[in-house]
Amino acid sequence: MMETASHTTEAKTNYLNADYGVKSWLLTTDHKRIALLYLGSITLFFFLGGFFAMLIRLELLTPAGDLVLADTYNKLFTMHGIVMIFLFLIPSVPAVFGNFLVPMMIGAKDLAFPRLNLASWYIFITGAGFILYAILTGGVDTGWTFYTPYSTTYSNSNVITAALGVFITGFSSIFTGLNIIVTVHRMRAPGLTWRRLPLFIWANYAASVIMVLGTPVLAITIVLVALERLFHLGIFDARLGGDPLLFQHLFWFYSHPAVYIMILPGMGVISEVIACFSRKRVFGYDFIAMSSIAIAVLGFLVWAHHMYVAGISTYAALIFSMLSFFVAIPSAVKVFNWTATLYKGSITFETPMLYVFAFIGLFTIGGLTGVFLAAVGIDLHVTDTYFVVAHFHYVMVGGMVTAFMCALHFWWPKMTGKMYPEGFSKLSAVLVFIGFNLTFFPQFLLGYMGMPRRYHAYPPEFQVLNVLSTAGASILAAGFLMPMIYFAWSLQYGKDAGPNPYRAAGLEWMTASPPPTFNFDETPVVTWEAYNYDEIDAADQNKGVEVAG
Amino acid sequence: MAGHVDALYFALVAIAAFFTFLISALILFFAIRYRKERNPHATQIHGSTALELMWTGIPLGIVMIIFVWSAVIFFMQTRPPKGAMEIYAVGKQWMWKFQHTEGQREINQLHVPAGRDVRMIMTSQDVIHSFYVPVFRIKADVLPGRYTSTWFHATTPGRYHLFCAEYCGTQHSGMVGEVIVMDPADYDRWASGGVDGSLASAGEKSFQQYGCSMCHRGDAAGRGPNLVGVFGRPVLLDDGRTVTADESYVRESILNPGVKIASGFKNIMPTFEGQLSEEEVIGLVAYVKALGDGTANLPLPVSEPNSGTYPVAPKVEGSAAKSDKTATPPAKAIPAKPTAKQ
Repeated sequence: MMETASHTTEAKTNYLNADYGVKSWLLTTDHKRIALLYLGSITLFFFLGGFFAMLIRLELLTPAGDLVLADTYNKLFTMHGIVMIFLFLIPSVPAVFGNFLVPMMIGAKDLAFPRLNLASWYIFITGAGFILYAILTGGVDTGWTFYTPYSTTYSNSNVITAALGVFITGFSSIFTGLNIIVTVHRMRAPGLTWRRLPLFIWANYAASVIMVLGTPVLAITIVLVALERLFHLGIFDARLGGDPLLFQHLFWFYSHPAVYIMILPGMGVISEVIACFSRKRVFGYDFIAMSSIAIAVLGFLVWAHHMYVAGISTYAALIFSMLSFFVAIPSAVKVFNWTATLYKGSITFETPMLYVFAFIGLFTIGGLTGVFLAAVGIDLHVTDTYFVVAHFHYVMVGGMVTAFMCALHFWWPKMTGKMYPEGFSKLSAVLVFIGFNLTFFPQFLLGYMGMPRRYHAYPPEFQVLNVLSTAGASILAAGFLMPMIYFAWSLQYGKDAGPNPYRAAGLEWMTASPPPTFNFDETPVVTWEAYNYDEIDAADQNKGVEVAG
Repeated sequence: MAGHVDALYFALVAIAAFFTFLISALILFFAIRYRKERNPHATQIHGSTALELMWTGIPLGIVMIIFVWSAVIFFMQTRPPKGAMEIYAVGKQWMWKFQHTEGQREINQLHVPAGRDVRMIMTSQDVIHSFYVPVFRIKADVLPGRYTSTWFHATTPGRYHLFCAEYCGTQHSGMVGEVIVMDPADYDRWASGGVDGSLASAGEKSFQQYGCSMCHRGDAAGRGPNLVGVFGRPVLLDDGRTVTADESYVRESILNPGVKIASGFKNIMPTFEGQLSEEEVIGLVAYVKALGDGTANLPLPVSEPNSGTYPVAPKVEGSAAKSDKTATPPAKAIPAKPTAKQ
């Protein structure tokens, strides 16, 4: 029953060749095409943000500020942050893979609001346009955090244009979240109960809730910054009775949960892929699903751990410290359950699985160093140093970008119908892992030694570790550039993937690759739990199907 | 202090290393033991509530222990011991200005004695900065419009990095300096050498120059509270609340006097926001502090409030002193906690 679509796919039209021409892409309401529009745009932004990062690392090769001017350096790290967070990380998995996979995984023809979905992409591109305009006309130098009163009164850069861009992309995020929530509630295939949903759906659902509830606060905050900058209302100005700390509370009320918008969908990817290459149901399904919800809820209660040294009261700091420790628990639960999934599995080592191993290791380090920062007594020393920089790159790059690469390899055959070359992709995964650790591990040491972040020039005793970090960054860059080449190559020369090259569970694998415009020839009826690898493998054995990969 | 922070830090390094190696070792072991060649058929396991409870409970226990440990350290970091010497700091783009109570002023260099507790009272005259001395393991943001404070106890003479840790604009990485820890005797010699008066005496000059002394007088004719003995004690406000007269309260009462009016007084004091530099405010704070502990006295009014610079209004209805020109201030000091009727 799972093989209905297999050998007739070649002749059939799919979502890629159903229509041709620029207009058919720019006016499409097909969630899969919109996902590709997002993929193209965020890939561009990823390399733009990466370019800024390389310039930062090159500047830091020597203690003196000699490669670029101090102002330029400040703009580089600001634009690196803004581009990577708002134009890459936040839309990365939800808007690309959430878009592509949520309807397919639940057996639907499309998202609940296809035109809203297209509008989300246009809003995203409009916001990105403002940010790019701000960059091209001189840049912005406030740091991605836009702290007041620097951003409202003292900065001479394009704060309002960039902030407006962030404000606009926020609406795209809200609409995508709304679309996913409604789709999951209303459009599941018959028989697909909540507890049969793939964990990727649970994770994107939890992230969508944060997007819908949190993003408006960011929008309000940015409006306040713009009003203050234009009209000097005094909201954040102590001389006029305002409070600069108010900004930090509002900003982190969104921006801490935003971390979970970025990481939760990545965790969903890991659950899918680890099950597939262990040929096993994910260990502790209920606990992984509920931990996503727990993270989404607790994530809203920990924002002030960014502000222990900012001038909040001792007791406020202690309460936020305790809550921040709590949020470590559901993350730990996920890591333990993934590890247990491997137990008594039948494990193979395809490229996506290598990224899974990398993710678990790097995310574990990222999470555990988060415990250091939750401990308020230690945070006082290491906050605003390279320790924090290393910590969030372990979570955001070691975790989220790794998960994104994992997803890109895992579902590439589904999106394009072609396999990527196994050898090159494994090499690039290894380069990313080595390059990443060499770039960011030395930064933990730098932070503990006391090197503050956002420093254009630094005391000479920090140079050795900075050189190591820059060397690692160049390996990392090579690891990220390779996939560009072999993915492009695979479009022309890659092996045909067939509907299910990994013999993976999940409704998205039961239709052709690339899928037809409306995903399924007939709406599937689900009678099994997620990750029914025992049934798939048993069926394959009866039929003697050769497993690819 | 650095020792306490490091102890917890390295305990956490040990815990983090243990869990990282545990997870990595398990993954490696499972990946080898249960690779497809060796284990062609997976065994389906749905989960184990006992295991889930274990790996929820144990980490929760561990982090709660860390929480308590770090909270204890945090209390030590944020509560300066009584009797700590005080140094005032003003951050501005892009330099650190320090004022010692003895009267020394310095820029981007902070001389401190070894073996004594030092409390920093800090503010910014523009954006947010952060006072960070890595060897002391302390950091505190320095905000415009308020005082924040931190403290340290240097042990070894030497020169140490002082950084601004909160991004503050173009020359953020140039807003660095050094903390020069000196032998206490050397410090005392340095602190009192070549200064023309203490910080409090500079504050006293401002107190007269800006006309504060016309209303804040020792006699009953003063239209503002007598400031002798006020600092560090509770002050009853006219809305019934009580605040402690600390540095922040004194600062606010100078720059924005209408916010908290001492009970029994009228909201007649003009704001000095924008008229005093942060250094002058600090001098005044130091002076009020010195009035508080009796190391300074109120000056006699230097000029008669005759030209109507400030509206002449009786302090409190029914007060004994209708006249503004009491020649000799009565010895009676206004209590630190003024009552509604004096």
